[in-house]
Formats: sequence, structure tokens, C-alpha cells
Amino acid sequence: MSLQEIENEIVEEFSVFEDWMDKYSYLIELGNELPEIDAKHKTNENLIRGCQSRVWLVADFREGKVFFEGDSDAIIVKGLVALMLRTLSGRTPEEIMNAKLGFIDTIGLNQHLSPTRSNGLVAMIKQMKLYAVAYNKIAK
Amino acid sequence: MIHCTEDMALDIQTIRKDFPVLDQKVYNKPLVYLDNAATTQRPIQVEEVVSQYYHNGTGNIHRASHFLSDKSTMAFENCRDIIQNFLNAKHREEIIFTKGTTEAINLVAQGFGEVFVGEGDEVIVSEMEHHSNIVPWQLLCDRNNATLKVIPFDDNGVLMVDKLDELITEKTKIISVTYISNVLGTINPVREIIAKAHQHSIPVMIDAAQAVQHTPIDVQELDCDFLAFSGHKIYGPTGTGALYGKKEWLEKMKPYQGGGEMIERVSFKETSFNQLPYKFEAGTPNIIGFIGLAEAIKYVTAIGLEAIAAYEEELLHYATSELLKVDGIRIIGTSPNKSSVISFIHEKAHHYDLGMLLDKLGIAIRTGRHCADPIADHFDISGSARASVSFYNTKEDIDLFIAAMKRVVQMF
Repeated sequence: MSLQEIENEIVEEFSVFEDWMDKYSYLIELGNELPEIDAKHKTNENLIRGCQSRVWLVADFREGKVFFEGDSDAIIVKGLVALMLRTLSGRTPEEIMNAKLGFIDTIGLNQHLSPTRSNGLVAMIKQMKLYAVAYNKIAK
Repeated sequence: MIHCTEDMALDIQTIRKDFPVLDQKVYNKPLVYLDNAATTQRPIQVEEVVSQYYHNGTGNIHRASHFLSDKSTMAFENCRDIIQNFLNAKHREEIIFTKGTTEAINLVAQGFGEVFVGEGDEVIVSEMEHHSNIVPWQLLCDRNNATLKVIPFDDNGVLMVDKLDELITEKTKIISVTYISNVLGTINPVREIIAKAHQHSIPVMIDAAQAVQHTPIDVQELDCDFLAFSGHKIYGPTGTGALYGKKEWLEKMKPYQGGGEMIERVSFKETSFNQLPYKFEAGTPNIIGFIGLAEAIKYVTAIGLEAIAAYEEELLHYATSELLKVDGIRIIGTSPNKSSVISFIHEKAHHYDLGMLLDKLGIAIRTGRHCADPIADHFDISGSARASVSFYNTKEDIDLFIAAMKRVVQMF
């Protein structure tokens, strides 16, 4: 599936929720379903510092694609991490570098993206793109 | 403006009419504002005076050669008198206008620090300080090769004041402590700290950012040497605040910032400084902000801080006992002597998740480390959720908060 198709799929999933609490219940569900990353990966090196919640991100480059694993100590943030992995993991560096991720706004979660909101999500997307840039250089 | 009923209890319904902002919906839910320790809402009286000054125009202060300038200067300086009375300072020039508590502490850390704190000297703060009462002193100690020492607190969040006897040495130059902790809610025994320090002739600075709006303060009775507060935490505009300092200290201190207003005469050879309080007030201040702050303090004074303190204590007790009925809650800060804030964590739900979900139910609280990392480190927690009450909150607010909490924790 293309990046856009995945984004559309997520938008459709969220469109059934009329109530904020249902939306967040679903994020919690997604967070709970995402397997915890191995304790050995929960290092300071992989930690994306947010003021309020912690996010860990691990990247691996195989056969021209970037594979991410992620985790957070806050379950809603972990749900957001799950969405990011679903959209960006297993894609080429170029796809990741060019990803606009408009779905976050469409499903009404752009509140988590404001630059002053220190939940680690903005920093996580930035870090994913930095990995993509780095792997893109290696690939070339 | 009749805010007290005959038995001196607060007439909350009348008070709430002065705060129409509280009567709004967020995410289609009635707003329950319990983030008062971060910032308070402003009554219409403050809004009106501020908009009057914008509407009718202002002139720059202290340069009066025209009507608007005169009028602004009078209103602005009237704020100094109001704060002087509010804190019962001996002299009006002991009130220095600042942007807030943070600037006031920085002013003392520099103005006092550069004169009195040298190599090998010591500054004492407490373990429960807000970063703004840690970092300015740390910077001073770094600059001047001095040492920062810390009064610890116990696991209830009670300051271990007896440790002060070991911490104070002949090298101690100043002690700076918070009156009320913004995380633990602990009311510190500042009188005892000041008395101990004064036995050794050490001046004491009080961070009253969480205190002036909750408890009556008389700086002469406390005998503190410096005291700082922020306007926006006492129902006034943001970007306003004040430093109280004993005249004898302020006179010996170096100016904080250079610029207009703070000078007497400038030449390229030398500059002589203006007298107090202007020596510490470089540049054009937030004129209309301070006019609004004067109105806010008048408003609080009219209700009466004794009545406010009694009512808020009742709310705090009610909220605490109700919150403890929610499964899995642990309260951070269980001092018997507390004011207005309850920090808590849940055994399963992360504080950030709690805050996010409560927000969607209309409940405004704060989450995180509350600019006081050492407190989170003390309890080995990543942060906490914090509800903080004001006199405009009601038991119904608390009930809505608790109902929301019960609903939210079930999701984990």
C-alpha cells in the first residue's frame, strides 16, 4: 500500500468516532497493541526527549527500506507512535523524507503537533526524517 | 461588589459573575479550570481597566510633559502604593516592578550576588524550588565560584528545616526558599527559616509566586529581606510582578539591567544611577499591565485573603479526600500544612495521558514536571498531574473533576 493509501485508511478508521473520548480510547487501544520494544533499546541514545512523556525510536535500514520500532511511557503517545510506525516504517528514505503526514491534522490530532507541545511526537517525526536523510546518503 | 455573606463565607456565585471566562464550554463540555497554580483567570474589573487604558490612550511614564503621560504615570505609580500596602512594606521604593517572579529572583541573584557572593561563598535553596529559584543562583555560583547548597525535604514533602543548622556556615551569603511549593503544595515555615538565618545575619529571599494569592503576607512581620511574586498568578495580567526588597539591601545592590529610567546622568566617561526603585527599572515597563495588576490586587483585597484562604483550604480538603477514592491514585506531597495544589500520579495511567483525557472532558489541569525536576527526582517519578484550586472554584468543579478522573482511569 502506498503512503497515501495508509493515511486514507487511518482517516477512515478515525472517522467513525464522533466523540473525543472514543478517539482517544482507540489511540489507547493502538498503544496497547504496539509491542514494547526490547529493554536493551530503551537507551538514552534512542530516547527522544519530550518534557512530559518519553519516546524511544530505533531504526534499521534493510534492502533499501527503513524499519522503525518505537515506544513511549505514555499510552496515548504510544498510540500516536503506532500510527507513525504504520505510516512510515518499511518505506524508502525518499518516501519518509517527503511524507507530509496530513492525516494527523485530518483526524484532529494536530494538537499533538504544535511545536510547543513537548510530548515528543514532533521530535519523533523529525528524528524519523533525519534517519531517512542519513540512510538516503548511505544508499547513494 | 459584595463578595462575602454575613457569616464571612465567600459568595462564590457573585464572584463567578466577575469571571465570565469560567462560564464557557471546551470540547462541548463545561470548562472546569483547575490549573490556577500555572496562571489564574482575570476578573472583568481587570479587563475593564486594561481596555479603558488602551481605549483612551496612554503616554510613557515618568516623562510627563502632557496629559496622557501624567495620567499613566499616576495610575502606574498608584500600583506601587497598592502593592506596598498589600505586602505592608515600610517604604514605597522597596517595591520594584518586574516581569514576574523569575525576573525578580534573577534581579537579586545578579544585583545582590555580584556584590555579596564571591569565591568560596555559599547560597542555600531548598530541594522543592521551582527552576526559577534554582537556576539564577546556579548561574551566580558558576560565575563567582560559589557553592549552591540544598535544604532537603522528607517523603511527605515537608522541608527539613532542622538541617539548616548544619547547612549554614560563615560562608553563607543568602538563603532563597519558596513560601508554598508549586508541586507539593507545602506551606514552608518561612518565619522559622528567616529567624534562623538572621541569627547569622544572613538575608532571606522568599519566592511567593504561589503564596500571595492564597495567604495574607506582611513583609515587615515576616522580616524577609526579599520577596517576589507574579501578577498573572493573582488574577492580574501576564508580564507583571514585583520584587520587595529591604531598602538597605536594595541600596547596596548593583543595577540589574542598564537603560533608560534607571540612570541619573549618563556620559561616556561615567554614569550615575537613579534612586530607588527606578535604579532597577530600566526601560519602558508593561504600563497597562501594572494598572491592571493594581485592579487585581484591589479585587483580591476586597474579598479578603483570610476568607480566600479558609475557602480554598476547604476545597483542597474536599478535593483530596474525593481524589483518594479514585482507584490507583497516589498523592505527591502530603504535608499536613498545604495550600491549593494537589499533585498526583496513577498506578497505570501516565500523567500525560491523564491530562490529555481530562482535557477532552473539559477539565484543565497541568501535567509534567512543573518546572521542578528535583521534586520528580526525589520521588523517582517521571512527572505528575496537578490540580490547583482558586476561590472561584466550587465543590461542583471538584465533583466534575472527580467524575472525569473515575471515567478516565477506567480506560487503563
